[in-house]
Amino acid sequence: MASIPKPAVSPSVDGLGGKILGWVDDRFPLSALYKEHLSEYYAPKNFNLWYYFGSLALLILVMQIVTGIFLTMNYKPDAKFAFASVEYIMRDVSWGWLIRYMHSTGASMFFLVVYLHMMRGLMYGSYRKPRELLWIFGCMIYLALMAEAFFGYLLPWGQMSYWGAQVIINLFGAIPFIGEDLAVWIRGDYNIGDATLNRFFAFHVIAIPMVLLGLVAAHLVALHEVGSNNPDGIEIKQNIDPVDGKPVDGIPFHPYYTVKDLVGLVVFLAVFTAIIFFAPEMGGYFLEGPNFVPADPLVTPAHIAPVWYFTPFYAMLRAVPSMFGSQFPGVAVMGGATLILFTLPWLDRGKVRSVRYRGPIYKGFLTAFIASFLVLGYLGVVPTTVWGQLPKNVPLLGGVDTATLVSRILTVVYFSFFILMPWYTKIDKEKPEPTRVTY
Amino acid sequence: MKTPIKKLLVTTLLALVFLGANAGPAFANSEEVRLDTAPINLRDQASLQRGAKIFINNCLNCHNAQFMRYSHLTQIGLTEDQIKQNLMFTTDKIADSLVTALDPQDAKDWFGKVPPDLTLVARVRGSDWLYTYLRSYYRDDTSPTGWNNEVFKNVGMPHVLHDLQGTQVLSKVGEKTVHGHTEPVMKLTLDKPGTMTALAYDAYVADLVNYLTYMGEPARPQRTQLGVIVLFFLVLAFFATLWLKNEYWKDVK
Amino acid sequence: MSAIVLNQVDPKKRRLLIIGTAGVGAVAAASVAIPLAISMKPSARALAAGAAVPVQLGTMEPGQMLTIEFRGAPHWILRRTPEMIAQLAKNDALLADPTSASSKQPAYIKGAGRAIKDEWLVLKGVCTHLGCSPTLRKEIGAADLGADWPGGFFCPCHQSKFDLAGRVFKGMPAPLNLSIPSYTFVSDTQLMIGEDPKGA
Repeated sequence: MASIPKPAVSPSVDGLGGKILGWVDDRFPLSALYKEHLSEYYAPKNFNLWYYFGSLALLILVMQIVTGIFLTMNYKPDAKFAFASVEYIMRDVSWGWLIRYMHSTGASMFFLVVYLHMMRGLMYGSYRKPRELLWIFGCMIYLALMAEAFFGYLLPWGQMSYWGAQVIINLFGAIPFIGEDLAVWIRGDYNIGDATLNRFFAFHVIAIPMVLLGLVAAHLVALHEVGSNNPDGIEIKQNIDPVDGKPVDGIPFHPYYTVKDLVGLVVFLAVFTAIIFFAPEMGGYFLEGPNFVPADPLVTPAHIAPVWYFTPFYAMLRAVPSMFGSQFPGVAVMGGATLILFTLPWLDRGKVRSVRYRGPIYKGFLTAFIASFLVLGYLGVVPTTVWGQLPKNVPLLGGVDTATLVSRILTVVYFSFFILMPWYTKIDKEKPEPTRVTY
Repeated sequence: MKTPIKKLLVTTLLALVFLGANAGPAFANSEEVRLDTAPINLRDQASLQRGAKIFINNCLNCHNAQFMRYSHLTQIGLTEDQIKQNLMFTTDKIADSLVTALDPQDAKDWFGKVPPDLTLVARVRGSDWLYTYLRSYYRDDTSPTGWNNEVFKNVGMPHVLHDLQGTQVLSKVGEKTVHGHTEPVMKLTLDKPGTMTALAYDAYVADLVNYLTYMGEPARPQRTQLGVIVLFFLVLAFFATLWLKNEYWKDVK
Repeated sequence: MSAIVLNQVDPKKRRLLIIGTAGVGAVAAASVAIPLAISMKPSARALAAGAAVPVQLGTMEPGQMLTIEFRGAPHWILRRTPEMIAQLAKNDALLADPTSASSKQPAYIKGAGRAIKDEWLVLKGVCTHLGCSPTLRKEIGAADLGADWPGGFFCPCHQSKFDLAGRVFKGMPAPLNLSIPSYTFVSDTQLMIGEDPKGA
């Protein structure tokens, strides 16, 4: 069969390299992919600091997978041996401590980077049409990440692993009618035990990572289909150079953003390694003290709190009072707080995307939202008595823990950012968008 | 089915979820004792070696350090022969872990529970807590062992080192006004001196805590050393990548 | 007007900068890859489990063989009789490497007996062909091994033959004599396998 000659896609490469590339290109679109996704993927030229976190998240994902594989070589998913196998990695395996700290620090840094990445999307309206699916894939990645972190946190089989999982699984127990059976089904036993550890291991090392990789691929495909948003929130595709057919405000991702992301990567690695080498426990936020005690089903640690990246939602859970003798409302609020992110593209009725051209009402709501998330995050790690009680003589609220009251108010603030969005984005006094990006 | 365990779970959960409604001020105030800063220096091998000896001669009589091998003590500058001759009493294999000769069942009979493993105690409690704890025992005739501790109320372990430290008592030295009512100010004072001066005892405990800190994470000296090199390298890498980026971004108008 | 204006490009400088950054990147990649690779070496626990093993010789009769496990492999201690030792010198014509020139053994193991003390043969009981464990066949002229069989070890997997010093016969699948671990006599009745004699 005669092969149909293809136009040379990479005329710049000649010699033996060019021949090999040509051989590959006839069978696999290597050069075409390279052009489509790197050298001729046009990104707006005005990316700022906030645009580093996407590529950093990808880097951390790779790092977590690699270090995870090496941890799996020595970890034992067995309730009798799990705790000791982690100490074995920390002491007996050459460089095991480094691999373990990279993985444990990587988990926290993953969330930090993803939160900043989501924050960017929120600020610059990156979820708006035509990027709704991109946003939804991102939200799904976030949910998968939470599942991954939750399953992974049980594996060291320390006291916090055990009791943290205990509390979260019992949240499912709060679901009306099916809850109890559901919790037993998740645990595979009457209580958290070997069966639970073993299945969490399976989820952590294979099931969720595969889902994550698939979602990340979908996220990237969607991104390259619609193109990147930018801090001005305007479409660079609407301003095409008539001569070369490229966006006038766009630059090829490679080499310009690859070299720029490299700088961000080095800065990130500096922070990351500083934590690994000088503060791997991060003051008890990345690795919690009580988790150095083996899991004991008979003794709960004095003060248990989830790892920091879950605490905003945990604070909401605690803030919602029990109703009709069930803690389900709290669970529902906590779940709702993550699921409501999905609806964002359809709640926003503003004409502009970026916070730069939004009106004062939106800016006020966004600030309140961010503040509520941060303060809830703080309140989730401390006991609810941290700010004392309201004086007894205050009507209605006398004697209530101040922190609980604040958590309740902030939970309302968090949700009103979303629920009121169709209203306040419509009436807000926005500034006109520029026609070209500001650079 | 309501098994006791299940009840415990549900109670735990409810307590967690509604701490706000239930927890009293006791929660926040229970750990108000100020901790002294432990003089930790993991580069001081002489101190670590003294600490190892103190640990093996005293703590290891009842406690395990089951994740720590004798052979790892070469990391703090001891030779295998020194370890075998001076520190190994319960085994003759240098790769064995530090395990007490005390039978766990005996321990349960005598103390009511098996003394906890101490390999990771410094990571659980913190060095400052240990340093303060080991110096805060006082005589308390109401307690079953005759001892109590300022940072660990109703502690199960008696004051093993009282020969060295002497006997402290907790006595009232004054009063202070808190939230409109007076509270006694209590202070530890030495009632009967031991064989060591207060200063010497502090140094003795410091060596022990230094060793416990090392044992909690033997990789720590290596880790911080390596960290300096890695950060130095990353500073270089930063300038290299920044230079490259600036060169390319000249094109962007 | 495009956003990229290529009028200031110095390709030489760019190439140098790329090479420099790639070098930095290679160092970074190596410094991650090397610890990962090293972590796959035997851990402190594996090394501890592979430490020297003591063997008591007191109760062994002449002609008796003891098999022990050392580093996961069978190791043999054979108490050779004077007749067995005498036979070794007569085997040369049958052997591929009678002087053990190319076999794996410590430097202090010499001669036809391949032992520190000729009475005690210590061998790693793993065929040098494909890793099966041969069996001891000490009866001279065994029916299935031929009339000239001088007594030795026979590997059931691919019929390799070795004499009672672990030396391989000519034309066998196994290329080398059976290997000898480092060992030392702690006393007349105790061996340490995995430890060199003092001063060796």
